[in-house]
Amino acid sequence: MAATTLSPQRAKRRTAFFAALAALAMLGLGFASVPLYRLFCQATGYGGTTQRVTEAEAAAIARASQGEGRQLSIRFDSNVNGVPWAFYPEKKSMTVGVGGKSMAIFIAKNNSDKPITGRAVFNVTPDVAGPYFTKIQCFCFTEQTLQPGQEVRMPVLFYVDKKFLDDPDDKDVQEITLSYTFYPVEKPADQS
Amino acid sequence: MSTTTADDFHGAHAHDDHHDSDHKPGFFARWFMSTNHKDIGTLYLIFAIMAGVIGGAISGLMRAELANPGIQYLHGWAQMMDGPDATMDQAYHLWNVLITAHGLIMVFFMVMPAIIGGFGNWFVPIMIGAPDMAFPRMNNISFWLLIPAFALLLGSTFVPGGSGNGAGTGWTVYAPLSTSGSPGPAVDMAILSLHLAGASSILGAVNFITTIFNMRAPGMTLHKMPLFVWSVLVTAFLLLLALPVLAAAITMLLTDRNFHTVFYDAAGGGDPELYQHLFWFFGHPEVYIMILPGFGIISQIISTFSRKPVFGYLGMAYAMVAIGVVGFIVWAHHMFTTGMTVNVKMYFTAATMVIAVPTGVKIFSWIATMWGGSLSFKTPMVWALGFIFLFTVGGVTGVVLANGGIDDNLHDTYYVVAHFHYVLSLGAVFALFAGFYYWFPKMSGRMYSEFLGQLHFWVFFVGVNMLFFPMHFLGMSGMQRRVPDYTDALAYWNGIASYGYQIMGVGVVIFFVNIIYAFVAGKKAEGNYWGEGATTLEWTLSSPPPYHQFETLPVIDDSGHH
Repeated sequence: MAATTLSPQRAKRRTAFFAALAALAMLGLGFASVPLYRLFCQATGYGGTTQRVTEAEAAAIARASQGEGRQLSIRFDSNVNGVPWAFYPEKKSMTVGVGGKSMAIFIAKNNSDKPITGRAVFNVTPDVAGPYFTKIQCFCFTEQTLQPGQEVRMPVLFYVDKKFLDDPDDKDVQEITLSYTFYPVEKPADQS
Repeated sequence: MSTTTADDFHGAHAHDDHHDSDHKPGFFARWFMSTNHKDIGTLYLIFAIMAGVIGGAISGLMRAELANPGIQYLHGWAQMMDGPDATMDQAYHLWNVLITAHGLIMVFFMVMPAIIGGFGNWFVPIMIGAPDMAFPRMNNISFWLLIPAFALLLGSTFVPGGSGNGAGTGWTVYAPLSTSGSPGPAVDMAILSLHLAGASSILGAVNFITTIFNMRAPGMTLHKMPLFVWSVLVTAFLLLLALPVLAAAITMLLTDRNFHTVFYDAAGGGDPELYQHLFWFFGHPEVYIMILPGFGIISQIISTFSRKPVFGYLGMAYAMVAIGVVGFIVWAHHMFTTGMTVNVKMYFTAATMVIAVPTGVKIFSWIATMWGGSLSFKTPMVWALGFIFLFTVGGVTGVVLANGGIDDNLHDTYYVVAHFHYVLSLGAVFALFAGFYYWFPKMSGRMYSEFLGQLHFWVFFVGVNMLFFPMHFLGMSGMQRRVPDYTDALAYWNGIASYGYQIMGVGVVIFFVNIIYAFVAGKKAEGNYWGEGATTLEWTLSSPPPYHQFETLPVIDDSGHH
């Protein structure tokens, strides 16, 4: 087919070049999927990724919405993985109206005898509530260093977006769990 | 298809071993530095048979353990592998190593080398009238990359990989089991093995695409190519687009394991689910990579033994293209239980079911090819008919599993195991045996025993159905995959399945006896031993074909059929 314009050898090289290019493009796409996937989760709340807004945005949305619509039970879950801390919510659960702004307090205490840095990772269950669970202020992903015996109170300011009421997937949801897990920032050297 | 015959371009030297076109280099240069597509195809087939025996023996170990409830042999094997004080945890780890090795060996070192590397290398150039592959030396690299890949995988079973020796991650190598869950070098070796096998396949795919696009004989247009060539072309594109994604995914596994990156680690803001998306974006096209060349082989055989051109040639070719394209947008049906919304599930359910349409086109076209044909039930034909029946059974259970709601119940049960063994172990493997019996005399120049071939088919057919059909019942009763033990209630059908394995094993022995028979006492094969139904270009050559064929390119005229 290409033989009319190119010598057979060059035609072969050209086909092989484009084939190799396609393979390299897919390899690049494989790695590019890491940031793309993160963007996708933030945009859609896929897999229980929560949303974040600033104070000003939240104030406009949350105004005059207290107690309106459905009441939801919000449960708080706390875990530690590899950090010798006591980590627990001040209240295990609270009832909020959809659209109303609320604050929960989590408490962490370093029970060991050396300073330890941890980082919290969070998630919301059920997944389908993730897009509407909006945090105005939280301690997620920031590194937190606790001195021996030190105790900190960490606030989370959040509300459930009123669009929640319109999503058919969330029709049966009466309870949302916000879960935090603290991981050590520096992995212990003796871990095999 | 072609009005020329063997005599026009090879008859003169088909009987003359000393002629240039049939001059062969010495043993070492011929087999270890080979650039000849037929010799490399032979090497691929020998490699695949050896890997298949190892992978099949591993499944024999698993069926022996699963023949009865409780743990019978597993702990003893762990003591053999890891020393007399092996714990029960090491025994369970050994089970994970066995399922991992069985899956990886059968997928990457048996089916793919045989169906693409073996038959593809042998017959794609001949069927399009080309003297060899486009890049013969790259072809050599493709094959020889497989050897270190296989050595790495086998070697990984002897180094630590977590609770015991070997990589116990499943063939899917899901994080975090494959990252923080499996310390030790075994999983690194397995990942590197996949890298090498993947590089081998990508190079092979580039070679096939270049060959098929540039080296067709005069008159051999794309729409006149035999369906086997079409199937390899589509497969090569799937390899080219899917394997690099796997390479990226497992490279990130390696850096997560060794260089403290957190691509799949929730503790650092990564997401283990991302790995599953990447893996199945490769993994689903991968299952079509294994079956599409089989479709091509079956099309050639059904046409030959019906003495008719394939019904609906263009529909058959583009059905394969459609399967390839749609195969890239259905991956998340392997992940229905990871917590996706109803709408996402609906999309992946519907898209998956759409694949049944082009697949149905193929099944019905095969049946229509046979309709009114002059059928002869030679060994390759009975294997091909067995393929159509068993692949349809596997396809039906596939449509069941495509439903997100039903999959919630059946996910990771033996129902899934039954499904993918019906389409692969009974689909791809039946296509492989069909192709082997169809082309073995062409490749070796010796006829096999028709009686042993038929016997092999019937014993194997009974064996594999006894082995895999009960797994549907077991799965629906809740038997989990990847667990060496089960409740007593499941003992009956597990026992039947293990007997089925033994019958299948007898079938494999008959296969090897038949090969030995062919080389020791087999009749010499003519150029076209299947008669007038065999119309593609390989039948215009002698059996075996000369070392270099088509020094004068065959010309394909317009009036011919496919």
